[in-house]
Amino acid sequence: MIGRRMTGLHLHGDLWMGGARLIRDLALDMPAGQWSCLLGPSGIGKSTIARLIAGLPGPYRLAGRLAAGDDLPLAGRVALMAQDAQLLPWADLVHNVTIGARLRGTRPDLARARALLTEVGLAGREARRPTELSGGQGQRVALARTLMEDSPLVVMDEPFSALDTVTRLAMQDLAARLLTGRTVILITHDPLEAIRLSDRAWLLGADGAEALDLPDTPTPRDWRAQETLAAQAALLTRLHRPEDAICSG
Amino acid sequence: MQRLNTPFLRGALAFGLALALWQGVVWVSDVPHFILPGPGRVATSLWANAGVLAEHTRFTAFNLLAGLSAGAVLGVATALNLALSPGARLLLRPILIFAQAVPVFALAPILTLWLGYGATSKIVVVMLVVYFPIASAFFDGLMRLPAPLTDLAQTLQARPMRRLFLLQVPHALPALASGLRLAVVMAPFAVIVGEWVGSSRGLGHLMLMANGRGQTDLMFATLIVLAAQSLVLFAGIERIAKGRRKAH
Repeated sequence: MIGRRMTGLHLHGDLWMGGARLIRDLALDMPAGQWSCLLGPSGIGKSTIARLIAGLPGPYRLAGRLAAGDDLPLAGRVALMAQDAQLLPWADLVHNVTIGARLRGTRPDLARARALLTEVGLAGREARRPTELSGGQGQRVALARTLMEDSPLVVMDEPFSALDTVTRLAMQDLAARLLTGRTVILITHDPLEAIRLSDRAWLLGADGAEALDLPDTPTPRDWRAQETLAAQAALLTRLHRPEDAICSG
Repeated sequence: MQRLNTPFLRGALAFGLALALWQGVVWVSDVPHFILPGPGRVATSLWANAGVLAEHTRFTAFNLLAGLSAGAVLGVATALNLALSPGARLLLRPILIFAQAVPVFALAPILTLWLGYGATSKIVVVMLVVYFPIASAFFDGLMRLPAPLTDLAQTLQARPMRRLFLLQVPHALPALASGLRLAVVMAPFAVIVGEWVGSSRGLGHLMLMANGRGQTDLMFATLIVLAAQSLVLFAGIERIAKGRRKAH
């Protein structure tokens, strides 16, 4: 935690994919040390925004500005947690968690890696290989690796969408607890996930991002609470488009 | 019955059947033994010529292993270089593809002309023959790092050399094993072709000699030794590949 400075993130402009404009007039101001969530239909460019912030290559282009709140460069300060846990099948869990340091040629902190594996609930499994883990356990390792990086900015691109509902709720609680104090950009298509975890949330559309109303309660919000359920119902109503039902039905 | 169904017994049964079939053909067709000797004659020849066979096998096996090792080292080094350097890819890849189109077996006479009748020309033929499958299989594996791991390396700001040895090489090991398997199938061909083109020693040379003298039984005996040599080689590679997989 020492030495890590919190920073927000600003993303403004038009997002292009090849020759086509995906989203225009984006205006996202994501506050430091909070969870910002981007929701939207598939194909709108959610994952493209994740790649853009994480500095990953692709056929996209931002006509506008992406900058950290403190105006320092983003490179090296963003950790990515994706739907694929990105684990090395040939290495044990400690090696997987410390891969960042080894890839950069610095000394891995093995004691910290073990401590983080314990924090994500994988104590005693340090010598296992990812192939011996369930999907949820794999994402726990990915979370430990993300924490190991100690980046001020964490981009999560649908990290829990391949998990079953119960595991997903547990992972949301765990991530909310362990990523406290970081600037998290969560990309999801799960309305409940957005409402449980976000301090701010936007619904993406071709004409820009629209800020969503969230309950006043602290995160992670109880999925049984009346405010959470009401917000989820309201969001589902907004997302539901009758023409989709007719097309797919 | 279930207990008898082991790989060893199945192999012995198939081998016995093949022998019986062979002997059957010899009896039924009544061909002269200098056209097709029976298993008994070949076994006798194998026993009687054990010393000669062993001596020539040593020469051939050494060239085989030396060529295979040299080709493997060179192939692995080429693949690593190509994976690390886009410039090398730009220059070397077309050459590699073109070189692969040259039937290396056909180079054996030229290599014998240049390098002489001794071991060197055989080692070089084997080396060239196994080099391409190893280099191209390993290189393919190195370049096919799955997209999630490519993204991981980029977000973690990996150094190119570290990325190569910590991510690409472990991921490409199964591809390297396939290349090696292909290589050990081709290597015994190559070493015999090398000896046929010109040699005064080795199993290929022994076969030509036996052929010239009408010793068909010795030719068959040599063939059996060659087959045994290839089987030992395959088994060795399988062992290495399996050990690797376990270590994974």
